[in-house]
Amino acid sequence: MIEINELHKSYQTGANSLHVLKGINFSVKEGEMVSIMGSSGSGKSTFLNILGMLDEADEGTYFLDGKPIRNLNEKVAAKYRNQFLGFIFQSFNLINYKTALDNVALPLYYQGVKRAERTEKAMHYLEKVGLSQWATHLPNQLSGGQKQRVAIARALASDPKVLLADEPTGALDTKTSYEVMELIQKINDEGKTILLVTHEDDIAHMTKRIVNLKDGLIIDDSIVTQVRADEAQRKAAAHV
Amino acid sequence: MFKKDRWIEIIEVFNANPFRTFLTAFGVFWGIFILVVLLALTTGLRNGVSKDFGDFATNSMFMWGQGTSKPYKGLPKGRRVQFKLEDAAVLKDKLPQLKFVSPKGQLGGYNGANNVTRNEKTGAFTVSGDYPEYIEQQPMDITAGRFINYSDINEKRKGVVIGDGVVSSLFDVGEDPIGDYIKINGVNFMVIGTFLSPSSSGGNAEEEANTIYVPFTTFNQVFNRGDNVGWFAITAHDGTSITELKPRILEIMREQRTIDPTDERAIGNFDRSEAFGRVTGLFDILKFVGFFVGGLILASGMVGIINILLISVKERTNEIGVRRALGASPWNIRGQIIQESLTLTIISGMTGIAAGAGVIWLMNYALSQSGPVDNFANPSVNIFVVVIALIILIISGISAGLIPAVRATQMKPVDALKTE
Repeated sequence: MIEINELHKSYQTGANSLHVLKGINFSVKEGEMVSIMGSSGSGKSTFLNILGMLDEADEGTYFLDGKPIRNLNEKVAAKYRNQFLGFIFQSFNLINYKTALDNVALPLYYQGVKRAERTEKAMHYLEKVGLSQWATHLPNQLSGGQKQRVAIARALASDPKVLLADEPTGALDTKTSYEVMELIQKINDEGKTILLVTHEDDIAHMTKRIVNLKDGLIIDDSIVTQVRADEAQRKAAAHV
Repeated sequence: MFKKDRWIEIIEVFNANPFRTFLTAFGVFWGIFILVVLLALTTGLRNGVSKDFGDFATNSMFMWGQGTSKPYKGLPKGRRVQFKLEDAAVLKDKLPQLKFVSPKGQLGGYNGANNVTRNEKTGAFTVSGDYPEYIEQQPMDITAGRFINYSDINEKRKGVVIGDGVVSSLFDVGEDPIGDYIKINGVNFMVIGTFLSPSSSGGNAEEEANTIYVPFTTFNQVFNRGDNVGWFAITAHDGTSITELKPRILEIMREQRTIDPTDERAIGNFDRSEAFGRVTGLFDILKFVGFFVGGLILASGMVGIINILLISVKERTNEIGVRRALGASPWNIRGQIIQESLTLTIISGMTGIAAGAGVIWLMNYALSQSGPVDNFANPSVNIFVVVIALIILIISGISAGLIPAVRATQMKPVDALKTE
């Protein structure tokens, strides 16, 4: 699904050049659930942004579902983002003057789907994340966990090949984090490829594979046994 | 670009911050409103003054004899210049550019002694001997009967056309003056027509209303004028300026009346076109000031809209980043912002024009209720000007949207997303 070879990225800050990614080789197969870990400054967010076509690499090759991602103009990039990728952000990034339903429907709007069909599809995904009765609420009327679930529904709405999550639980408490992770695991169970960036160990262990980044290089890439979020939650509750 | 979904998006954006939307719209509204009202006021002033200027044909001059200031061909200075009827024919013959050369005779005058009687009623009126062409130079509404015609001139008929002021002083209410007789200096004349002066205000109108027109030939015979002419009212054809013809006219007249060609004071004249030109020149300046000030106010409105759009797009940088992450193409974003600003400018501009038109309507209504006001009449705005203002609005609306829209889509989505 994702094929990356010798990926380099550096930032110009004044006279200095900051080499953030120093040659990453990485691949993901369909249906995988991968977490990218690393301390701050390790380049994990930059890496995810490049995967998401929100940023461009300086060097190296990147194939997404067999298509080369290189020097795309914004129009094509926008189309690819819409078709292939779903984004989940730490700060949710919902549009605050749109209802939950309209937020979920937004990628479909950019796909050119008709209004009636859009609403129907968006409603389906809201149901999937258990928020159908909140459809007409604005983001500021929802809790953090609910907001993130709306964002997940939005990421799913265009039926993308890959889901990219940048610290999806970073702004949530442990209980809510586990609930969100439970949802993401369920989505992966249905076959969706998921990549998530996190610096929390427990969250990383809820995926099936952990990639460790340090100073712009992959230092460790290993398959782990997935901890189911609902079990972790039960355990935590029993502990209290 | 004009799909229903896009409109729903735009209405949502406007509703997201209604106060800001209102403020943005208000700048443009105010600019175009002031522009329209200012132009209407200058037009009203111009109309009012033009109206007071009377309806006399603009491309005209008046000419009368005075005393000579230089001796010539054995004739002494201080001699009174007397125009003759034949001068009219000579002028028309030598200067075919002249449309009308109307010889005029006058008896009595404004606020003069009583000179007209009917039964036991008397009045002081201006009695004017005229040719039928005069009505072309001085338009008047014939309310009953007719104006002087050439049969009157040729047969020297004793018929008169009287103004509404004359009618109301000499006749009772409801009495029909047509066919009745009035006595001018003891001579009986039959009323053949009545007229209403079209000027509605000022001393001119009162004087016109109190005028009696007599056929020129009758006038000269009855009042013993021989073939003397009191003064000439001369109008040039459209396309030739009376001001340019004036030196030629005076030259011919000096030759006709044996006056030294350099004697500037022997013939008095009033160039209506020149006087009118001075006044219209003043109003052209006033109109320019109106455009200039109104345009500047409109420009400041536009700066306001650009400013607010820049801020609002900057505030929405994050949102634009999210939209791009979800698959919005740059033109999708740009198109939306431009359409937003265009919608806002056009709606507020139209509202401004409508409000300006409302104020013009109110002014006209007040004028029609209170009656005519000096130096102000019929304020209005040229539709062409309004269309130009609207085009300016649309162009600036597009550029007001384009600047922030291009900025918003030039940065990488990741940078837009980082902006809070």
